[in-house]
Amino acid sequence: MSFLSNLINGISLGSIYAIIALGYTMVYGIAKMLNFAHGDVIMVGAYISFYATQHWGLTPLLSVVVAMAVCTVLGIVIEKLAYKPLRSATSLAVLITAIGVSYLLQNLALLIWGSNPKNFVSIVQLGKISLFNGELIISDVAIVTVLCCIVIMVALTWFTSKTKMGRAMRAVSEDKGAAQLMGVNVNQTISVTFAIGSALAAVAGILLCSSSPVLMPTTGSMPGIKAFTAAVFGGIGSLPGAMLGGILLGVIEIFGKSYISTDLGDAIVFAILIIILLVKPTGLLGKKVNEKV
Amino acid sequence: MSENRKRTNMVPFPSDAIIPERDLGTRPVLDARHLGVEFGGLKAVDDFNMIIGRTEIAGLIGPNGAGKTTIFNLITKVYQPTTGTILIDGKDTHNMNTIQVNRAGIARTFQNIRLFDKMSVEDNVKIGLHNRMRYSAASGVLRLPNYWKKEKLMHEKALELLSIFDMQDMADVTAGSLPYGAQRRLEIVRALATDPKLLLLDEPAAGMNPHETEELMENIIKIRDTFQIAIMLIEHDMNLVMGICEGIAVLNYGSIIAKGTPEQIQSNPLVIEAYLGKQKEAK
Repeated sequence: MSFLSNLINGISLGSIYAIIALGYTMVYGIAKMLNFAHGDVIMVGAYISFYATQHWGLTPLLSVVVAMAVCTVLGIVIEKLAYKPLRSATSLAVLITAIGVSYLLQNLALLIWGSNPKNFVSIVQLGKISLFNGELIISDVAIVTVLCCIVIMVALTWFTSKTKMGRAMRAVSEDKGAAQLMGVNVNQTISVTFAIGSALAAVAGILLCSSSPVLMPTTGSMPGIKAFTAAVFGGIGSLPGAMLGGILLGVIEIFGKSYISTDLGDAIVFAILIIILLVKPTGLLGKKVNEKV
Repeated sequence: MSENRKRTNMVPFPSDAIIPERDLGTRPVLDARHLGVEFGGLKAVDDFNMIIGRTEIAGLIGPNGAGKTTIFNLITKVYQPTTGTILIDGKDTHNMNTIQVNRAGIARTFQNIRLFDKMSVEDNVKIGLHNRMRYSAASGVLRLPNYWKKEKLMHEKALELLSIFDMQDMADVTAGSLPYGAQRRLEIVRALATDPKLLLLDEPAAGMNPHETEELMENIIKIRDTFQIAIMLIEHDMNLVMGICEGIAVLNYGSIIAKGTPEQIQSNPLVIEAYLGKQKEAK
């Protein structure tokens, strides 16, 4: 039973990583940059939801909507102010800027919300499901998380393959210049990508804090890095890859923590990143790019 | 086959340009004046003047490195001209960017094919249709009737455009897996999907065998006749250029060295010199 319980917890944690990884991978695919501030947008989303439910008296569902709206705007603003001016700069400059934005967000959060950890109250209050005479307990948050993840994945896949904006996103990710010459507004497409990624980050932040209720300004950074690992694991730039990578990583982390060592859980996760980069640098579902000679 | 093609009567147009007689009385689709661009002191294009009639098939030829593709990049605002003006259908493009120029009526293909390889043939064409069909993001996400209506229209339009080259059967194939010739044709279809007034073709016959080239020539004329648009092409295949172009400009070292009808170009000593080098004086 403990195996099953670990598996469910792993899939649930992995679903959160997957939702975050989708943001990483979409932005990478389209803007060809690693947005290391993505993890901190998660934290902002969680704080907004926390204040919305605890201080402004909003219902949990409404707080999710507000958090998504705030993060969407935040994502667009970050892109406009920090990344857009660097559109033609070297990737190193953009990377450093992203790390800078990450620290900026953390320290702004510290300034606004203080360093004391907040006790996040789960927004899902449906009660646990108890199976096999109480031997297997599945938390409501875990179920909601996995369901959210599936819905997001299906919606996103449909969006990118069947809508005008989705097509524009795929076109921009392949050849920005050619897309522009066909009349696709590249800046707008990149903005939309950041908006979608950041809205997803808000959802991920709320789900994350619902299952592990400690919320502080650095809450987002570790899951952010792990989700980045998941995106690379699955093949950065690929949506199904981010999904697969996220869920596998969650399962591995929980199994590692419960069967090998609690302290080594994170180490195992990052060891996997290193091994994957050595063995299959393009990730599980990443396609090998043949340079034309 | 090419002997059957009727020669266009080219008439002088104000300044030193010529345009087809049938285009007289309509605004030229492209009017480039004193166009120039410098890259760090190097003049890649200098004082380029060209006028293209509404339904003209114009050619731009010249040795490698003469600046032909640079001209295309200037017209499409990939590069900003250092000097001169470009009027598209009478509109000054001075403050326009690439997207706006595309909306003003310029579409192009590329010397080295730049399709969206991982997308289907149909989706490639739909990218070209991007600006012609509008529905709000909300109706896309919520799948409102407007979304279905517009997507259906786009699908029909895409297939209609693909049928120009009999490619409608390949709509679901990944663009990257098409044979070379089909990729070149798809690029033309994708460009046509943006509803241009002037289609820029950068070496459309590159890598094609004589039979395919002959077919391409027929198709270029067919496109011009069907859509009533102007076409400007860069090409090294002289059969194609002399066969279908009505007005030709010859570029060398970034400057126009000759302009005229195919007959005038073929007998122009400056052109011959640029292509073959100067003939040595007999002793």
